[in-house]
Amino acid sequence: MTHNLTEKLVISGLRFATYAIVIVIGYILFDIIWHGLPVLDWRFLTEMPRRGGAEGGIFPAIVGTIYLIAGTIIIALPFGVGSAIYLSEYASRNRLTETIRLAIITLAGVPSIVFGLFGLGLFVLYFNFGPSILAGSITLACMVLPTIIVTSEEALRAVPKSFREGSLALGTTKWQAIRTNVLPYSFGGIITGAILGIGRAAGETAPILLTVAAFFLPRLPKSIFDQVMALPYHLYILATQHPDTSKVLPLQYGTALVLLILVLGLSLGAIITRSHFRRKYRW
Amino acid sequence: MFKDKAIKGVFVGMASTSIFIMLLIFVFLFKEAFPFIKHPGLSSLLDMKWVPVSFQQERFGLLPLASGTCLITMLAMLFAVPVSFFSSIYIAEVARPMEREILKPFIELLASIPSVVLGFFGLIVLAPLIKSFFGLQSGLNAISGSILLALMATPTIISVSEDAINSVPSSYKNASLALGASRVQTIFKVVVPAALPGIIAAVMLGAGRVIGETMAVLMVTGNAARITANPLESVRTMTATIAAEMGEVPFGSTHYQALFWVGIVLLVMTFSLNVFSQKILKKYGAFK
Repeated sequence: MTHNLTEKLVISGLRFATYAIVIVIGYILFDIIWHGLPVLDWRFLTEMPRRGGAEGGIFPAIVGTIYLIAGTIIIALPFGVGSAIYLSEYASRNRLTETIRLAIITLAGVPSIVFGLFGLGLFVLYFNFGPSILAGSITLACMVLPTIIVTSEEALRAVPKSFREGSLALGTTKWQAIRTNVLPYSFGGIITGAILGIGRAAGETAPILLTVAAFFLPRLPKSIFDQVMALPYHLYILATQHPDTSKVLPLQYGTALVLLILVLGLSLGAIITRSHFRRKYRW
Repeated sequence: MFKDKAIKGVFVGMASTSIFIMLLIFVFLFKEAFPFIKHPGLSSLLDMKWVPVSFQQERFGLLPLASGTCLITMLAMLFAVPVSFFSSIYIAEVARPMEREILKPFIELLASIPSVVLGFFGLIVLAPLIKSFFGLQSGLNAISGSILLALMATPTIISVSEDAINSVPSSYKNASLALGASRVQTIFKVVVPAALPGIIAAVMLGAGRVIGETMAVLMVTGNAARITANPLESVRTMTATIAAEMGEVPFGSTHYQALFWVGIVLLVMTFSLNVFSQKILKKYGAFK
């Protein structure tokens, strides 16, 4: 009898720990949505900020973040998918492959602020790009590369071996087999990885702090060598650096909510894409 | 034939970019940090104080920053490890399939909340709570920072240790149950010991994430560079120091170089944690 009781107690302890986390996540989301939603309107999204960000909207920060994530994915996707094709289709077990895998794992663990230092040293100063969209995008691309490689490789490996063999048996070259019989079927997984990468790039502050972000810049960028405002950095500035932080609290909540919607929307998009393609291709 | 070889060459080249980037990171961190060795010399990094801007004597001791990072990391792991450990067991072994399908993505949601948003939440909601709970003058201290970091480490620890628990062969479990052991006995005496290396690796990966986290600690730890073991005092981590000071420092100055040294120490710490945990995962991780 007592035995049964301990059994039940332990199980409910485990359940309690799990749902404690769920409740905390739920509360964070609720708090930001509850306070952020009243601020969110068309003018907040499409107006320029005024008086150092104390009034007006966050339009340039939204545009800046979109430019940054577009630049990031244009740079990171080809290299990420290329790496994944090598690892899943060509790589044999040798020193090079092992070194590549070690480099990917290491890259995934590099702290984001160290990417910022690296981008500052290499792109901003050594290549003399200055703080710019270009410098920021390349820095973010280096950061999201491991995510894209790992998810794309998984997608490629999920395509059955017989697909490749069928093509090779008809006399195609290896590349033709990959292009016609592997890549089209791993498209969904690759897109999922790309979306996950974009989501991570959109929310990061530390790498863009040193390479691109502008404190207050109420105009849109004209070239890739311009600085931009960005949502996460704007939130950081409003919350900690603004002379009157309590007065701009609604704007902080609004910015946090827009950022949250963007990032969580992208994650949700990745989940939906993945399950859509999983249903479409079943073997 | 030649074309096929050329295409393979292209992919080898692309795959090598990761190695190339990793090398560039090391090279450029050292390049920017290097002049510091000649003046004022590496030994000044062992100073007990970090006073980078001063009229008398600038001091670049990394110890207060490193101790800040250590204190925050240990506290965060103290909060995160038990909760994540229990909930990974729950998700892997107790939860019904439907429940699992909802719990897993929900906890992964936490991983995708940007750290600046969590930092903002900490600043507005958590810090005032801590302040009134302990009756302090300010809620911006080590304990607020470590609670937020614990939240960030949780999804990593849960998903890696859940994988480890799932990879324990079901024959182990069945054997234990067949011998008359209860469900809880089987979980804690058979499944968990078998999955332990994976769980340890999960904790180390989580610690790596905590050490490298920047924005949340920058916003809520108060940023006073001092050596303390009191969780109710304000501390400053290595990451926060770089983020806060790099914007204002003249390029190429001694202070600038010192900040790159902070980056190097940070990189070496996370690098060793990562490599070590991967070794564990590779050696003991999968049952085959």
